[in-house]
Amino acid sequence: MPDSRLTGRPKMPQRSVAERIRDFNEVPVGLPEWAAVDEARRCLQCKKPGCMKGCPVEIDIPGFIGLLAQGKFDAAVAKIKEKNSLPAICGRVCPQEEQCENVCVLGKKGQPIAVGYLERFLADYERDKGIGAPEIPTSNGRKVGIIGSGPSGLTCAGDLAKIGYRVTIFEALHAAGGVLVYGIPEFRLPKAIVAQEVNFVKSLGVDLEVSTVIGKTLTLEDLKDDGYEAFFIGSGAGLPHFMNLPGENLNGIYSANEFLTRSNLMKAFRFPQYDTPIKIGRKVAVIGGGNVAMDSARTALRLGAEEVCLIYRRTKKEMPARIEEAERAEEEGINCMILTNPVRFIGNDNKWLRGVECIQMELGEPDESGRRRPVPVPGSEFVIPVDTLVVAIGQGPNPLLLETLPDLQLNRRGYIVIDEETGATSIPGVFAGGDIVTGAATVISAMGAGKKAARSIDHYLLRK
Amino acid sequence: MILFEQEEIIVAKILRKEILTPQIKLMVVHAPRVAHKAKAGQFVILRINEEGERIPLTIADFDPREGTITIIFQEVGKSTMQLGEREEGDDIQDFVGPLGKEIEEKKFGHVVCVGGGVGIAPVYPKARALKMLGNRVTSIIGSRTADLLFWEDMMGSVSDVLYVTTDDGTYGEKGFVTSVVERVLKSEGADLVIAVGPIMMMKMVSLLTKKFNVPTMVSLNPIMVDGTGMCGCCRVTVDHQCKFTCVDGPVFDGHLVDYDELLARQRNYLDEEKRATETWLMKKAEEEVRHAG
Ligand SMILES: Cc1cc2nc3c(=O)[nH]c(=O)nc-3n(C[C@H](O)[C@H](O)[C@H](O)COP(=O)(O)OP(=O)(O)OC[C@H]3O[C@@H](n4cnc5c(N)ncnc54)[C@H](O)[C@@H]3O)c2cc1C
Ligand SMILES: Cc1cc2nc3c(=O)[nH]c(=O)nc-3n(C[C@H](O)[C@H](O)[C@H](O)COP(=O)(O)OP(=O)(O)OC[C@H]3O[C@@H](n4cnc5c(N)ncnc54)[C@H](O)[C@@H]3O)c2cc1C
Ligand code: SF4
Ligand code: SF4
Ligand code: FES
Repeated sequence: MPDSRLTGRPKMPQRSVAERIRDFNEVPVGLPEWAAVDEARRCLQCKKPGCMKGCPVEIDIPGFIGLLAQGKFDAAVAKIKEKNSLPAICGRVCPQEEQCENVCVLGKKGQPIAVGYLERFLADYERDKGIGAPEIPTSNGRKVGIIGSGPSGLTCAGDLAKIGYRVTIFEALHAAGGVLVYGIPEFRLPKAIVAQEVNFVKSLGVDLEVSTVIGKTLTLEDLKDDGYEAFFIGSGAGLPHFMNLPGENLNGIYSANEFLTRSNLMKAFRFPQYDTPIKIGRKVAVIGGGNVAMDSARTALRLGAEEVCLIYRRTKKEMPARIEEAERAEEEGINCMILTNPVRFIGNDNKWLRGVECIQMELGEPDESGRRRPVPVPGSEFVIPVDTLVVAIGQGPNPLLLETLPDLQLNRRGYIVIDEETGATSIPGVFAGGDIVTGAATVISAMGAGKKAARSIDHYLLRK
Repeated sequence: MILFEQEEIIVAKILRKEILTPQIKLMVVHAPRVAHKAKAGQFVILRINEEGERIPLTIADFDPREGTITIIFQEVGKSTMQLGEREEGDDIQDFVGPLGKEIEEKKFGHVVCVGGGVGIAPVYPKARALKMLGNRVTSIIGSRTADLLFWEDMMGSVSDVLYVTTDDGTYGEKGFVTSVVERVLKSEGADLVIAVGPIMMMKMVSLLTKKFNVPTMVSLNPIMVDGTGMCGCCRVTVDHQCKFTCVDGPVFDGHLVDYDELLARQRNYLDEEKRATETWLMKKAEEEVRHAG
């Protein structure tokens, strides 16, 4: 660890490639105390801090960094928690380089404050020390139902419980956390941290009912009959997209959701101690260039694949994955085939995947997103031999619950329409936020939406 | 209200267990919320314990007043064998449902219900629902051999006519259910055929009914994980389109299903399943030896 005062922004210490690709333990290990304090001292404590504008929940960044620089760790944690109830998670998975750190004034010279690392350091400090049981507020007896236990639902539930509501979270799966438990792998976000955040929310008096699918096991009407007065829908964007190419149902082809759920939620990486199997061939290809694709590729590697490649139709510059994670994937030996797009999947007689036929792409005119649109180069088809393939090209809104609410206004793409200010949907008393409103986004924006909705639900119920 | 008695709903307790055949067991499980909403054609997903996989089982019967769901399962691998060892009074850790779409319940006229093997269980609630709506119900149930047959009485009670076949002729008529289906279609025709059982059986029945131009519904059983449309593991091709069985099904138009693809997808984890079963049986045997010694 070099002295940060000499070199500026500290580097995150991480486990060596050789060691980390053999297990599912976390890759970055966190800053040591001295480095965190030194880095905090580097902050200019700007009067008009740019960083805060980059944070979707407007954490008082100079405030907590100032306290950290003075060694007042507990006060610093409290400062973060005024706005962000999940710092151990956000400090790890926020795309900081595009948010708070992107607008830090020091960044103009290339060395923004490592806000995310500092946030993680404080959250880990608090966790090691043991988080005390919070004060349970006196209940006002009014019931609010939360659908989905992802970051938006957990945050909304926690905030409402803190001001006295009787909150119940209903979760379709058997474990709480949403994408944090079924999607993001252990090596990036240890499940013990998610469990701890869930337990914290429960310690505020929130009831959690897992294995309860709203729209199937219970409907909003049932809940209203039972005295629930308001709802927050945070059901996420959990519908996997496929490419609709010939051969896509061959054995060996997974959606990223299935692949990651088997490994993370069902712990297939510990098969046969855990019952759920996962199939990994010698050569694995992952289609896509986002976080989900990186997570799938790195999971495949850890499950024992000899070779893993990413197939992405644009160039590295356009990849939506976090830079840090894309770099780690590359370090781990994941080969990235850019400007490449699959056209069909090739199977053997028993319908097992044996290869994927791809076509070379080149960048053409810019599209509506401003990025140059990739167009196929005629006659450039070639076959990549693979045994396992993961489709990680994005998710859509799961219609399961929405179909049971005909009065709920959806947009053209099937996401819930809300009032931006309040999170209110077209059904009175029903609020929504997170990926089911915005489409696949980020943990911190889902959390922010949960927070906003909690405030609005309080206003709504006070007026009711 | 029964749906909200907290302690009651958290665990699914096995209230009654019946051994129908050496490999097929019935369990009545206390799950009031599921029972309250259940409809013919739907299923549950359960997980026995923390290490368990999520396995789908059809709702073979339900009683909203008692708050119970009946499941019938054939022991084919580790999870179902382990479930079979559970006794009355034991809990099942997770029990979620009812999942999938219910069948269309209306008066069709003459409905032929075909159940093969453990498929007799899922066909029963459908026959019952359609019988109650005034349909004429002809049921045809079959199994490999007499020992594997169950619920003849139950099926009889919801059918106007019941035929029984065994492949080896140890009970009822010798042969496959398909030959009876053909006879019934020839002699009196039908307005709807419902077939549930091994994929091969559903495929053969569908080929037959296609010849007679009789609408046919089949209930598919691909491998599943979540059962809520989140993973896409259960995808099947129906009418050249990709469908998720857990949310779009499990009941589909039998004439439009790509059975060969489904057969292949079901074999996805054969090696792993074998390994899981063997590891588990070994462990059990070791424990027994230790207990004995
Ligand atoms: C693999 C992967 C990696 C990612 N990496 C990052 C990252 O590094 N950084 C980042 O900021 N973001 C990342 N994201 C995105 C981020 O995880 C999501 O934006 C965020 O989790 C959305 O939160 P949410 O609360 O809206 O929904 P989710 O986290 O999707 O949770 C929704 C929950 O609702 C439940 N549910 C759905 N329907 C029902 C129903 N009818 N009844 C009951 N429960 C229901 C679901 O089971 C689920 O548990 C990643 C996403 C994935 C998939
Ligand atoms: C909608 C639906 C309803 C079903 N209803 C019944 C029923 O009422 N009675 C019954 O006996 N069986 C039913 N099944 C099949 C049952 O789920 C499987 O037999 C069971 O999962 C096997 O698990 P195992 O560990 O005992 O066997 P394994 O050794 O793991 O597998 C044996 C075979 O079962 C199938 N299978 C394995 N895992 C799964 C899974 N997670 N989901 C689905 N199939 C799997 C595969 O074809 C496999 O080859 C149903 C399946 C579906 C999809
Ligand atoms: S929550 Fe995310 S965006 Fe906000 S300060 Fe922390 S790391 Fe930055
Ligand atoms: S913009 Fe950068 S230097 Fe200024 S307060 Fe924020 S983190 Fe500190
Ligand atoms: S089982 Fe996952 S989508 Fe159907």
